Amino acid sequence: MPSFEYAPAPESRAVVDIRPSYGLFVDGDFSPAADGAALKTVNPATEEVLSEVAVAGEADVDRAVRAARSAYEGVWSRMSGTQRGKYLFRIARIIQERARELAVLETLDNGKPIKESRDVDVPLAAAHFFYHAGWADKLAWAGLPVPAGRAEPQPCGVAGQVIPWNFPLLMLAWKVAPALATGNTVVLKPAETTPLTALLFAQICQQAELPPGVVNILTGAGATGAALVAHPGIDKVAFTGSTDVGRQIARTVAGSRKKLTLELGGKAANIVFDDAPIDQAIEGIVNGIFFNQGHVCCAGSRLLVQESVADEVVSRLRHRMAQLRVGDPLDKNTDIGAINSQAQLSRIVELAEAGEREGAIRWSPPCTLPDNGFWFAPTVFTDVSPAHRIAREEIFGPVLSVLTFRTPQEAVTKANNTPYGLSAGIWTEKGSRILWMADRLRAGVVWANTFNRFDPTSPFGGYQESGYGREGGRHGLAAYVREA
Amino acid sequence: MVATTADPRPEGRTTGSPGAVGAADSGTVLDPARALLGTSTVDDVSLRRWLRALPGVDEVGAGARAAALSTRSIKNAAKAWALDLTVRMTDLTTLEGADTPGTVRSLCAKARRPDPDDPACPQVAAVCIYPDLVPVAVEALRGTGIRIASVATAFPSGRAGRAVKLADVADAVRAGADEVDMVIDRGAFLSGRFGQVFEEIAAVREACQVTEGRGDKGPAHLKVILETGELATYDNVRRASWLAMLAGANFIKTSTGKVSPAATLPVTLVMLEAVRDWFSLTGQVIGVKPAGGIRTAKDAIRYLVTVNETAGPDWLDPDRFRFGASSLLNDVLLQRRRMAVGAYAGRHHVTVS
Repeated sequence: MPSFEYAPAPESRAVVDIRPSYGLFVDGDFSPAADGAALKTVNPATEEVLSEVAVAGEADVDRAVRAARSAYEGVWSRMSGTQRGKYLFRIARIIQERARELAVLETLDNGKPIKESRDVDVPLAAAHFFYHAGWADKLAWAGLPVPAGRAEPQPCGVAGQVIPWNFPLLMLAWKVAPALATGNTVVLKPAETTPLTALLFAQICQQAELPPGVVNILTGAGATGAALVAHPGIDKVAFTGSTDVGRQIARTVAGSRKKLTLELGGKAANIVFDDAPIDQAIEGIVNGIFFNQGHVCCAGSRLLVQESVADEVVSRLRHRMAQLRVGDPLDKNTDIGAINSQAQLSRIVELAEAGEREGAIRWSPPCTLPDNGFWFAPTVFTDVSPAHRIAREEIFGPVLSVLTFRTPQEAVTKANNTPYGLSAGIWTEKGSRILWMADRLRAGVVWANTFNRFDPTSPFGGYQESGYGREGGRHGLAAYVREA
Repeated sequence: MVATTADPRPEGRTTGSPGAVGAADSGTVLDPARALLGTSTVDDVSLRRWLRALPGVDEVGAGARAAALSTRSIKNAAKAWALDLTVRMTDLTTLEGADTPGTVRSLCAKARRPDPDDPACPQVAAVCIYPDLVPVAVEALRGTGIRIASVATAFPSGRAGRAVKLADVADAVRAGADEVDMVIDRGAFLSGRFGQVFEEIAAVREACQVTEGRGDKGPAHLKVILETGELATYDNVRRASWLAMLAGANFIKTSTGKVSPAATLPVTLVMLEAVRDWFSLTGQVIGVKPAGGIRTAKDAIRYLVTVNETAGPDWLDPDRFRFGASSLLNDVLLQRRRMAVGAYAGRHHVTVS
């Protein structure tokens, strides 16, 4: 062997037991949709059909909301925080115990590399449950509003939650854990293309003997989500997904008593100064845009690099990109997996073509993509101007646009020149500059000398068209308790 | 000229530029160094300016990258290849006060036939020993192609006068060492006397060029031990790596093995980045040798993955990467056996050296 060819190291699928079909998880049990509708979920890496899941209609939504209401009134809101915490700790432990199963299933259904589902998604999901389990009996000390005559913050009631396909289990954890910790019950709709880990989570709720109706999971597509947020029995709506759908939801909810948090798109700037720790900055750029195939709302999709080091950064970046291993998501050595769906792939292809048409220079490392499934090679565009579509629109794929700046003020101006405002990254060895920049960047999360780091203790959320409300940390609890 | 000054320049000397390098003025090292630094004088000031201009290393980020590389899963044919390569890259080491001609002969026998039951098992790259035992190894390894590396320059602390250090090197070279593993003066480095460190490395390199009395052996290769455990920060590791390469090192080596921590993956990563960048700047190939603390085949494979994905596949060669180790070899041999027969052998199936 002339060089170090890593032999395939596939993770075994044997740990997961995918049923041929799944019903809706309502009131502690699985049942078919009232009208019998179903959809198929496929493995985006192979286009193999994994299973068939029920599509919830209005009648099913109504049944689930009623179940959640009755669990809220009868059991969950009456239970002490200590008891709720016990259930959450139990769920967190089961997630850890079944981590491999969850990771493999997530990779099969979503297309993300097993090393990411194994090392990021599932451990973080467990961490969110552990973190919020700890809050459940300490809410009185969280600095949250307490209604008159009460000793503790009060839950909203029934939460309707709609989550995206990029981090199916992790987004579920971000939504379900704080809702349950604060005493709400939930009806959750996972994304159309990635329902399977949510359904496995439903089984985990059964295993944890969570009282029926506290967590209800309705699979389906856009219409199911629309019916859920519009249902009059919902007290609180939480949504993570695209800005377009977020706007529709805001319209639907407007004028009702429903509380709303939205975590929407982003077009984050990753800003590299000439005194940055260059090797780590390159890693951060790669992690910022190619982590999870770029299907990350806070992805560092705009690289702003100081002109004096731009050539060096781009040449090092290309060298590093040539090391990325694209392929079978179940292989433990895969760095970049499959695009989640044909629809998403088409959007990425369209925007990348627009980038070329508008005059930016496109580059991808040589890599062979599998024949079946949905794939897109990691791509970097240089000579991008702020007016190009690829510098303005969220691509949600492994496509990086490189822009340059000369002064810190110019970096701030360009970074803030976006309707979004979810995240940003700063790379410099100069501490004072980090603080100066962070003060001026209109972004919910600002990373310094790192990127795409998540922790349950740290609030996450956006400015402007990236949404409102925070998830995680003490701030995240506020979204799930009544205003005083 | 070969450095004849007995004493490193005392601190606070006021005549001339501080730490100015005059000793190794043969031009082989100094002229390219002047060109790279863009100055006429290689001294503390110009070296500091140049080393400070290197990009910093973010400690958390370097650690995260090393940890990420550690998750690579190397199986089957790739693993078998990596294990054999590890054997071929090993500098089988004994550096004990209690070493005797007998223990060195035994080590040499192990170096020639690491696994006596398996003729297909490659031999190691080198043995690494103290200078006074070099003649024993020369005798035991004649005709094998296995190289003899000798530590020198008042190993491991490096705390001796320049003349003593150079005499130590000359002794090893004359006795037939193929490679000299010198230690840098960490005290001088940490107190900013870069000129002194540079000069000392250059002088040792000069001493390595002497071929008189070495028979048909050419000049000895120079490995420069940075003792990264005492340099403490990755910024220092990067700067010391560049300083050593500038002064003429053929290899940069992490540690003596006598200081904890010895080699770590992030430190090795930083050094591999340094040789990669040095190569793209000058076209010169410099090797890297992590030493100390690498005990298992699994660890060794993590280092090889890091080499492969940092300096590149060209560095997967015993001329460019070595492991300084003693107990590592037996673990690799046990893994080789397991791959061959499908079951683990006990520790008593491999030889002690």
